[in-house]
Amino acid sequence: MERTEAELIAAVLAGDRASFEPLVAKYSPRVFATARRYARREVEIQDIAQEVWLKAFDKLKSFRGEAPFEHWLMRMTVRTCYDFLRAHQRNRISSFSEISEPEEDWLERFVAEPGSVSEDADAAKMLIGRVMDKLSPDARLVIQLLEIEDRSVKEIAEITGWSVPLVKVRAFRARGEMRKILARMTKEKYL
Amino acid sequence: MNLAELQKKLTAAARLQPPDDRVPYAFEKRIMALLAERAEASRQMFWARGLWRAAVSCVVLAVICGAVTLFVPEVADGGNDLSQDLENTLLASADPGEAPIP
Repeated sequence: MERTEAELIAAVLAGDRASFEPLVAKYSPRVFATARRYARREVEIQDIAQEVWLKAFDKLKSFRGEAPFEHWLMRMTVRTCYDFLRAHQRNRISSFSEISEPEEDWLERFVAEPGSVSEDADAAKMLIGRVMDKLSPDARLVIQLLEIEDRSVKEIAEITGWSVPLVKVRAFRARGEMRKILARMTKEKYL
Repeated sequence: MNLAELQKKLTAAARLQPPDDRVPYAFEKRIMALLAERAEASRQMFWARGLWRAAVSCVVLAVICGAVTLFVPEVADGGNDLSQDLENTLLASADPGEAPIP
């Protein structure tokens, strides 16, 4: 009979390390999906996922079972991703000169007629990836959670450990930062 | 250029991207192996740390004893040292020369 999550966690806490494996197998897809939103290279993504699971094992005692294990784990994943962004902040500095031809076409079409371009185009997805890479860690985290994942300010405050007013301030700044990056990108291309 | 519109379009593009949740083959095995490795390493670390502490304590004790031997002046007690006194006391009853006269 398959053991429940609570039973598995209790077994791990009692010293049965092997009971941790089903948890890793079950939740790794979610951990990887989250990590891929903040890192691009596969090696970095695997490093983040590995760190998340090692942290989860070490801090399992702090899981009180009030919220689902998945929420607790996702909070840890997002925080690990944020630490990763902060640690790799210096690698973000680059220009938009390396924009590919399809991305350039998409931008040109947008400039000519904003309503004519589709947001479902691969070029648009690549462009947003570039823009996200250039955002500061705080801004990237807020834009990702608030604008892309559509989470509420309260949820973001819970995930990040920031206060609600701080999330609002950072969201305001993040939008401004994103607009500045977009302005620089279009300026580099069209001026 | 309408930057707000561009921002909206690109954010919508990001939203449309399905999350890629592929997990490398046998990832959970790798995590379990890492945990086992860490447990073994922490056991070794426990012993190594304990033994180093013991070694340091022994060295400190040896240095103190050496310092005491070198720097504490000998007590002048008529040439008898502690070992001689102990021997005399222990063998007093067996020494025929100093046996009490009945």
